[in-house]
Amino acid sequence: MASGHSTYTPSNGLTRWLDARLPILRFANDNLLSFPTPKNLNYAYTFGAILFYCLVVQIVTGIVLAMHFVPNSALAFNSVEYIMRDVNYGWLLRYIHMNGASFFFIAVYVHIFRGLYYGSYKDPREVLWILGVLIFLVMMATAFLGYTLPWSQMSLWGANVITNLLGALLGTDFTQWLWGGYSVDNPTLQRFFSLHYLLPFVILGISVLHVWALHHVGNNNPTGIDPKGPQDTVPLMPYYTAKYYFVIALFTIAFAAVVFYAPNLFGHVDHYVEADPLKTPAHIAPEWYLGAFYAMLRAMDFNILFLDSKLLGVLTMLGAIAILFIVPWLDTSKVRSARYRPVYWWCFWIFVVNYAILSWAGLQPAGSVLLQTGVDADGAATGFNITHLSQIGTAYYFAFFIIIMPLLGLFETPRALPESIAKAVLAKKGGAAGAPAGAAAAPESRV
Amino acid sequence: MSAQQHDDATRRDFLYVFSGTAAAAGVAVTAWPFIDQMNPSAATQALATTEVDLAPIQPGQQITVMWQGKPTWVRRRTPEEVEQVRAIPNAKLKDPQADQERVQKAEWLVVIGICTHLGCIPNRDNVGQPGGYLCACHGSVYDASGRILSGPAPLNLPVPPYKFVSDTLISIG
Repeated sequence: MASGHSTYTPSNGLTRWLDARLPILRFANDNLLSFPTPKNLNYAYTFGAILFYCLVVQIVTGIVLAMHFVPNSALAFNSVEYIMRDVNYGWLLRYIHMNGASFFFIAVYVHIFRGLYYGSYKDPREVLWILGVLIFLVMMATAFLGYTLPWSQMSLWGANVITNLLGALLGTDFTQWLWGGYSVDNPTLQRFFSLHYLLPFVILGISVLHVWALHHVGNNNPTGIDPKGPQDTVPLMPYYTAKYYFVIALFTIAFAAVVFYAPNLFGHVDHYVEADPLKTPAHIAPEWYLGAFYAMLRAMDFNILFLDSKLLGVLTMLGAIAILFIVPWLDTSKVRSARYRPVYWWCFWIFVVNYAILSWAGLQPAGSVLLQTGVDADGAATGFNITHLSQIGTAYYFAFFIIIMPLLGLFETPRALPESIAKAVLAKKGGAAGAPAGAAAAPESRV
Repeated sequence: MSAQQHDDATRRDFLYVFSGTAAAAGVAVTAWPFIDQMNPSAATQALATTEVDLAPIQPGQQITVMWQGKPTWVRRRTPEEVEQVRAIPNAKLKDPQADQERVQKAEWLVVIGICTHLGCIPNRDNVGQPGGYLCACHGSVYDASGRILSGPAPLNLPVPPYKFVSDTLISIG
């Protein structure tokens, strides 16, 4: 599927001269314009483009905010307020950057779930998937580092909780090295700022490898079967670029609606209180996009053998991310798309709902009782609480990967796969054979 | 000709081994400053000890001082509180340790007020344990000796190294 031969012909003397010296236009043409793409990609396949757009928005607004922000524990909080009140359009730039992170994660979750639904991680796309998980991991690190910069109560205490997580695994010497002191303080803020500026470019670098891997093996598609020839594909430009422009416009409208009408929708009030190392906020919550992992961390309130609850929680949380790396080998089914996997289809949608519930549970106070069954000696409610809910959710999260994925491949009977992408598309259109085939052929000749 | 080739190979091997060794040693000695610059600086280390005047603290009162950037509690316990804490059987404790081992003088409790779960600061209140502490983050309960009674925290609140300089002055660190 990777374009074996180039379709680029330089149109004038200048481009011919350049093509002989640096074939950059040829590269752009083959990868961005004439790149053959399955003709049946739906809107779920536009989120890669949306994610690239998000990364650019974050980098551009971030570079500008760094011109006004002061990474010093005595000045950081006030410099953020200065950006909000005094810098021309500072409020807009900060709200875009702040909510941009949330929208970035909305898009990345759709993108990842899309991959899980259509089996996009299977042979030959394992490396493509692994690079994607790596990007997700660096995104979470970047978002966490950025969260500490305003030096609010949430910044300080969030940083405390997360660095202590790593300390549980690697010891006090490690946390002191990470902090540059004996607690989260000014040296920590300064290095977190430096790394927060660095990591988006690491994401950009891995994204290039991610797209390279994609363009080497070609897109998966909703049927999960490989294109068998030119009748199954269309050039990226204009068929999918038009689709990209349209969804990016819709995405930006939703994004702008939040930035202008509900800029603190995803935020937390303690993010507007300056950091105080002597006072823990009553309730520490991560941003919504890390809620599921936080819920899994807190779900481990018991010891197993020599593992105490704290280490167990950390291992569970890190395991929840690490397990994504081996998904291509956990899924034993040869059929890629959930369209043709009736049992996996159900398991997948339960997984999505379960993930949403975990994300919600991670933002609630740990002990909140959901179904009261009684009261304890002090008169406080007891019963089914957030921790219990998180434990059930954590169990399903891991069962989906460790039990369901390997076993379904062995026991599930998939539906019959269509013969080809073109046949599947035509069947959907009611079998009108001649015209669509002709329509699909014509644009090829236009390139 | 073959001798010439052999000579070349030996000379090139030497160049490889020499430059490889120099590069490995160079990377190792250059990496260390880059790693060590992350560790606490001299200025940070200079603030490593804190002296606390005990005279103004009344029985039942507790003050918080900063030691190495960490909130450290100095609490003057009443005889009843001491008695109550020492009545808790070891079997009830997650991280068993006698109160006597945690204090130098029964009256004075000195502990770092950072929850051993994930680093929040517990509050002194009577919700979890009379006279004890409750961490609001994840619900860990400590007694008036800073020992963990229930909740996700695995260990007792740590006792920092300190010594009595006089009856009314301690030096922490």
